[in-house]
Amino acid sequence: MTDLLEVRNLHVAYGKVEAVHEVSLRVGSGRIVTVIGPNGAGKTTLLGAIMGLLPARGEIRYAGHATAATSVEQRVGRGLILVPERRELFAAMSVADNLELGAFQRVRSGDRSWRATLDEVYARFPRLRERRAQLAGTLSGGERQMLAMGRALMGKPRLLLLDEPSLGLAPLIVREIFSIIESLRASGVSILLVEQNARAALQVSDYGYVLETGELAVEGPSAELAANPRVAATYLGHATAPLSPGAGQGLSVPGRTPAGATRVRSTR
Amino acid sequence: MDLSILALLTQDGITNGAVYALLALALVLVFAVTRVIWVPAGEFVAFGTLTLAGFQLGRPPGTISLLVGMALVAGAMEVVACVRRGEPARIPRQLAFWTGIPVVLAAAGAWLAGPELPFWAQILLTLALVTPLGTLLYRIAYQPLAEASVLVLLIVSVAVHFALTGLGLYFFGAEGSRTPPFSSLTFTVGGVNVSMQSLLVVGTSIALIGALYLFFGRTLYGKALRATALNRVGARLVGVSPNLAGALTFTLGGLLCAFSGVLIGPISTVYYDSGFLVSLKGFVGAIIGGLVSYPLAAAGALLVGLIEAFASFWASGFKEVIVFTLIIPVLLWRSLTTHHHEEDE
Ligand SMILES: Nc1ncnc2c1ncn2[C@@H]1O[C@H](COP(=O)(O)OP(=O)(O)OP(=O)(O)O)[C@@H](O)[C@H]1O
Ligand SMILES: [Mg+2]
Repeated sequence: MTDLLEVRNLHVAYGKVEAVHEVSLRVGSGRIVTVIGPNGAGKTTLLGAIMGLLPARGEIRYAGHATAATSVEQRVGRGLILVPERRELFAAMSVADNLELGAFQRVRSGDRSWRATLDEVYARFPRLRERRAQLAGTLSGGERQMLAMGRALMGKPRLLLLDEPSLGLAPLIVREIFSIIESLRASGVSILLVEQNARAALQVSDYGYVLETGELAVEGPSAELAANPRVAATYLGHATAPLSPGAGQGLSVPGRTPAGATRVRSTR
Repeated sequence: MDLSILALLTQDGITNGAVYALLALALVLVFAVTRVIWVPAGEFVAFGTLTLAGFQLGRPPGTISLLVGMALVAGAMEVVACVRRGEPARIPRQLAFWTGIPVVLAAAGAWLAGPELPFWAQILLTLALVTPLGTLLYRIAYQPLAEASVLVLLIVSVAVHFALTGLGLYFFGAEGSRTPPFSSLTFTVGGVNVSMQSLLVVGTSIALIGALYLFFGRTLYGKALRATALNRVGARLVGVSPNLAGALTFTLGGLLCAFSGVLIGPISTVYYDSGFLVSLKGFVGAIIGGLVSYPLAAAGALLVGLIEAFASFWASGFKEVIVFTLIIPVLLWRSLTTHHHEEDE
C-alpha cells in the first residue's frame, strides 16, 4: 500500500529565512500521524507548504501524484483539506453559509450528497445546528473551532490537516475534539495532526514526529515516542526515566533513537 | 425656485443617482473581492452607450473587433499558462471559454446588427458584448498580478484606463453619441410631471440591485464571492479559486457598467472618453461607503446625483467642481469616524 501523503526533503523559507529544513514524513492511509514541537518550530509552516499556501522546495506527493503544479483549490478538490491555526472563517456570514461553502466544489459540481454531509456535521456538532443562523464572527472560541472542523468535513476530506485543533479549548471540549478525530479515522479519513497538547496527540495517533527549529528531531510510533524519556520530559511535562545526569545530549536524529540517551530535565 | 422646478431637479438627480449607484456598486464589488480600484469602469460605461448607439445606426459597433481582439489575447495567455503548468490537455477547454464564447458573441453581434433589429434586442446585444470585456480584462490585466499590493493594482488600473480610452477612440471614433429615450411618455402625479424615462431608469436600477442582493445572499457563487471578500485565505481553503472569483466579479462589474452605459445614453451625450467623469461620480458614492458598504455606496451615489442636478441649475459652469469638492468633507468625516481595526481572526 502506498502512502497517502509523502513529503521528502522539504524546505520552506520566508524570504531568506528558512523555517523548515529537510523535512521528510509520510502519512499512510487510514492513519493518524502527529507532529509535535515547541512554538515557532515550523509546524504551521509545514502544513502551509503541504496545502500549497506557501512555496516550498522538495517533494510532496499526495495520493500517488506530485503536487508541485497543483493549486490549493485543486488539492482541496482531491480531498486534501486544512483546518488552519487561524481558522480563517467567514466572520460576517452565518454558520450555515460557512458550512455550505466548505462543500463549495461539491455543490458546484452538482454533487447532491453534500446535504447528507451537512446532517452528519450537525449530528457531530449539535451546537452548530443550534447556532446555524448566527454569524461566525460572533461564535465563542470553542464554537469557532467546531465550525472550522465542520467546514473542513463538508469538503469530504481524504487527508485532513489539523493545526492545533485543541487551541484554547476547555478540557471537556478538547476530549470531545480528540474523540471526533478518532471517529474520523474510523470512517476512513487520514489525519495529520499538529498539536501543542502532545499527550493527547500521542495517545490518539499511530505515529509521531517531533519538529524542533524547523528540523525533525525524533520520529517513531506514538507509543514509543510517549515512552521516550526525552520526549516525555520536554513535551509531556514529566519524567518517566530515572535521572541520569550527563547521559546523552539533546534529541537524536530520526532513525537513531537510543532509548536511554536522554537528559532528564528537572520537572515540576 | 418654485415647486415644479424643485420636483424636476429632484427627479433628474434621482435618475442620474440611480445610474451612479450601479457604478458605485460595481466599484465596491470589484474592490472588495479583488482589491482592484477599478479606474477603467468609466470606459465600460462609454462602451455601453457607444455600442448601443452603433446598433441604433444599424451597423456593427466597434465593440465587436475589440471583443475578438481581447479574446485572442486571453486565449493565447491561457495556452501559455497551460503549457507552463504541464497541462496541455486543458487547452481546448480553456480556449473554448476564453476565446470561443467571446467570438461567438461577437459573431452574433455582427450578424444581427441591422436597421430592423428591435430596440430591446439591441440593448441585450449591447450587454452581451460589453459584459465579457470585463471578464477578459481581468484575465489579461489583473489575474497575472493577483498577489500584488493595492498600490500596484491601482497603477495598473490607471494604465488600463488610458489604454482603454485609446482603444475607445480607435474603435468608436471621436464623435459623441446619444441614444433615444426608452419612452417619451410623461404623466402627472399630484401636480408634478413625471417622465416614464426616469421611472424606467430608476426601476431598472432598483431591479438590478435587488437581483444582486439575491445573488449574494442566496446563490453558491454569490456566497463564494462574499467569502473571498471576507477572507481570501479561507476562501482558497474551501476551494474557491481567486481566479474564478476575480473573473466572476469583473463579469458582474462589466454587466453593471454596461447597464449604466445603456441607461445614461438618453440622458447625456457620451464620447469615447466621457466614461471617466461618470465613473468618478460613482466613485465618490463608493468612497462615501468606504469602498466596503453597498447600501452606503448606493446612498452616496444618489446624493451625488441630487447635488449634481441642483448644482447644474444654480451654477451649471461649476457643476463638476461642486460635485467633486463634495468628496473633501466626506473624506474628512470618514477619516474622523472610521477606526482601523487590526485584522481579526
Ligand atoms: N509570514 C512569516 N514571515 C516570516 N516568518 C514567519 C512567517 N510565518 C512564520 N514565520 C516564522 O517561521 C517560524 C515557524 O513558524 P510556525 O508558525 O510554522 O511555527 P509553529 O511550529 O506553528 O509554532 P506554534 O506552535 O507557535 O504555532 C517562526 O520562527 C516564525 O516566526
Ligand atoms: Mg503553529
